[in-house]
Amino acid sequence: MTGLRRYRPIPNGTHPPNDFAEYGSTKLRHPKQPPVSIPQTLSEITGPVSGFERFGPLEIDLTMQHVAPAQGERIIVEGRVLDEDGKPIPHTLVELWQANAAGRYRHDADQHDAPLDPNFSGAGRTATDADGRYRFVTIKPGAYPWRNHANAWRPAHLHFSLFGPSFLTRLITQMYFPGDPLLPHDPIFNSLSDEAARQRMVCTFDFALTKPEWALGYRFDMILRGRNATPTEVEE
Amino acid sequence: MSGATPFQTVGPFFRFGLVFEGCDQPVGAPEGSRITIEGVIKDGAGAPVPDALLETWQADSAGRYHHPEDGRAGSEKPFDGFRRTATDPEGRFMLTTVKPGTAPGPGNRQQAPHLLVGVFARGLLTRLVTRIYFDDEAANDQDPILERVPADRVKTLVAKRIGDGRYRFDLVLQGEGETVFFAP
Repeated sequence: MTGLRRYRPIPNGTHPPNDFAEYGSTKLRHPKQPPVSIPQTLSEITGPVSGFERFGPLEIDLTMQHVAPAQGERIIVEGRVLDEDGKPIPHTLVELWQANAAGRYRHDADQHDAPLDPNFSGAGRTATDADGRYRFVTIKPGAYPWRNHANAWRPAHLHFSLFGPSFLTRLITQMYFPGDPLLPHDPIFNSLSDEAARQRMVCTFDFALTKPEWALGYRFDMILRGRNATPTEVEE
Repeated sequence: MSGATPFQTVGPFFRFGLVFEGCDQPVGAPEGSRITIEGVIKDGAGAPVPDALLETWQADSAGRYHHPEDGRAGSEKPFDGFRRTATDPEGRFMLTTVKPGTAPGPGNRQQAPHLLVGVFARGLLTRLVTRIYFDDEAANDQDPILERVPADRVKTLVAKRIGDGRYRFDLVLQGEGETVFFAP
């Protein structure tokens, strides 16, 4: 077959290590063997880009999924999904899930003593437009305790899941809020040793996006693994 | 360092956001015979991992990827080559699919039938990537990816046939029998 346009190598420090002792749950779950390096084949440079209808309808307003509005501070989160060259990634699925305003997830295993909101499920999904843009309306999630270490609290965060054009562009990340006093104490956020890498997970407050007397606006762009400009034969 | 957004763990509470009725099943009536792949995910202490998310991507029964960059006749068909499932409290998972055909590989060679697998879980800060091959496929012996794997570890990538259309594939995240994970 002819050459494939392959995805670029991932430089060290781009993603967290799986072996990261400060996050206790990694201890028995990170592989001890280094990953085996393999060439990218047609299997990897393709990936799920359609057929997401079966996941259900698009849900971009998480505050209005029930009979009454959700409790909490309404926010708008808008941004673009881009590749490493700044090119927009159009028509790709963006999934979002989160805790409610009190810091409680709608999940059986969440035992935090904080109320569930009957009017807030905490999950949404959308697709980017032709310019790679997405937008959600939701509630600012609360911080919540966890048992990683003494008096451990997760900073407020949204979970995002993205696909992009191939199996190799898949990303699951978390979006944090600027100025959160818990950020310096959170081992998951600080699993990235580089300040610039950490800041790529923090949204920015944006007055232009803020709707008067309705909701604060936050901007959050997400950048997926980049790609070579031209096809190459396999590196042997 | 690149400018890519970093991975963060999927955490323990993803089910209500990511796992939906039918996302571990084929859509419609794809060509080829249906198979199930079942297994258990275990950690470095041999304990089941009850909060893992497993995603697979594969070719159809003719080895075509339903993606714009495959480009072979038939690859434009809508196909659900993607599956997603979560482990149960005993760390078990099961997905239903069709067995993929052989697919083009590097250097004009064919790849044996396989699924790509992505594993997310609480305690995993990124995605682990592996592959599922099948023990009843002679093409495994000439597979250009398997030949890069140390011979004594290849078996961690091969699902065992346990019945008519039923395969078993266990994953070990750490320690003895650790599954081979890839960096493509």
